[in-house]
Amino acid sequence: MSPATPLAVLALAATVGIAALMALTRLANRPGRAAAILTPMLFAVLVLFLWEVLTRGLAVPQVLLPAPSVIARAFWNASPELLQDVRQTVLFAAIPGFVCGSALGMVTGIAVDRSPFLQQGLLPLSSFASVIPIVGVAPIMILWFGFGWQSKAAVVLLITFFPAFVNMVAGLREASPIERDLMASYASTYWQTLWKLRLPAALPFLFTALKVNASLALIGAIVAEFFGAPVYGLGFRISAEIGHLALDRVWAAIAVAAAVGSGSYALLTAAERAATFWHPSQLPGSDRNS
Amino acid sequence: MSEAIAGIGVFRTARAGVPQWSRRILAPVVILCALLAIWSIAATLVNPSPAAAAAGIWPSNWWNPRPTLPSPPQIAVATWTGLFGYPVTSPRSLIYHAAVTLEAALAGFGLAAVLGTALATAIVHVRLLDRGLLPWVIVSQSIPVLATAPMVVVAMGYMGFSGLLPKAVISASLAFFPVTIGMCKGLRSPQTVQLDLLRTYNASGRQVFWALRWPSAIPYLLPALKIAMALAITGAIVGELPTGAQAGLGARLLIASYNGLMLLMWATLIVASLTAGLAVGALALLERALPRFRLPA
Repeated sequence: MSPATPLAVLALAATVGIAALMALTRLANRPGRAAAILTPMLFAVLVLFLWEVLTRGLAVPQVLLPAPSVIARAFWNASPELLQDVRQTVLFAAIPGFVCGSALGMVTGIAVDRSPFLQQGLLPLSSFASVIPIVGVAPIMILWFGFGWQSKAAVVLLITFFPAFVNMVAGLREASPIERDLMASYASTYWQTLWKLRLPAALPFLFTALKVNASLALIGAIVAEFFGAPVYGLGFRISAEIGHLALDRVWAAIAVAAAVGSGSYALLTAAERAATFWHPSQLPGSDRNS
Repeated sequence: MSEAIAGIGVFRTARAGVPQWSRRILAPVVILCALLAIWSIAATLVNPSPAAAAAGIWPSNWWNPRPTLPSPPQIAVATWTGLFGYPVTSPRSLIYHAAVTLEAALAGFGLAAVLGTALATAIVHVRLLDRGLLPWVIVSQSIPVLATAPMVVVAMGYMGFSGLLPKAVISASLAFFPVTIGMCKGLRSPQTVQLDLLRTYNASGRQVFWALRWPSAIPYLLPALKIAMALAITGAIVGELPTGAQAGLGARLLIASYNGLMLLMWATLIVASLTAGLAVGALALLERALPRFRLPA
């Protein structure tokens, strides 16, 4: 391939870009579900196309930004390794940590439900915990549990505990006094009220916590690997390939992490829609950004 | 009579927004003390210290020079020494490292606040961005952006930038999303009635923005900024990990990690938490100082 002149490349990119944007604007202004789904997809395709044309045409060094096709090839070539990395980081570290941390947080939330004192004591500490960079405990966990997945799972557990706890406490307050009085008039026990009224009412909060935790778990597992890991794992792959300046492989690993992240988010959103179909936020016409 | 229903009453009054300040202060303090007590007991059990065992005094397990679980007083002393034991310019001073990290975090935070607000403004006004870009901004919240940190450092190093700027970019790339999403919500919060009223006044788009959209968005801005600040500090710390940086809390953590210095890790972590707490607390104070910009409860 003969090297194109930068000016020609820029002119091509600008022409295609402007034409595509005009077409997309017309699409975006059309009502309906198809347009709402197609617009972001085509927008992404346009971005990828411009990325490819500009990085290749302007001969952007690989260290700065590899072209999407280069990344795709790296992804293809490295797929066995990446599969092992995903197994290590997602299956062994992120998911067990996520499950244990979220479950522990929710159980603690129920446990302190009957004690306003414990709630008032733990909530400020938990909101402080949401501010601090908890991932910094990774080196401590590595000293305690070694370089393997155990230390990463421990970090993820710690990170995911607090959102689950805080949202469980907030969610259990969601059932209104009238509804509780109704349950009381049925002579229902504390546990019956909890199970039949308050936990279902808390579900939107719990799903919020789970969605937050899903991305926190992935971030925690990856960043914890920056502190030290066995010779596989997504975080290890990223920091090791950076050392070799193999940026295409780094991007491939990041693409995998992004796919796992948005995949789990989509799963949780689907589960939320199925479980809390009755909630106003799930009804058609509600604010789709919330 | 009030005694009889105290159990329910506390809960109800707290919800009604009447703060019982003594309880609100007391409860966290008591819980914190209880946690520290459990921690101290665990520290005496976990840290083997032959000398202390020979002397037969258990609290001396608290001062094991290479502890598995450092005791609270030991951590407190290590933190104090780190903060105040050295001159502020010394590379051993944690104040020095906290300042380096905070500088990068604040730069990234400012960048994120400006860019996030600008993007939200664009999204609210340009339909193509609203439908084409906003879904991706929302999806990107589920993507581990922090994983790109080492790459940002290397790419910017290649372009000749090192030190503060790459860290600020990492911080900004994290803090950017909550600001964008919060501001999108905020700029859209005016109701149709209000927008219609301005239309009857024949207000221009710019007038609608400054007179209605912007003021209504401020209550959404400050909570978003608090989240952004916490993320910016995490971003700056993680940005210091892959750089081989000599300064900053992240670099300090990494050095402690390589050398197995448990006490330094804890002290650095505490200082990082304090830094984040102070920065977010300052924003919370600002929010409280602007009561007319708070969301109605």
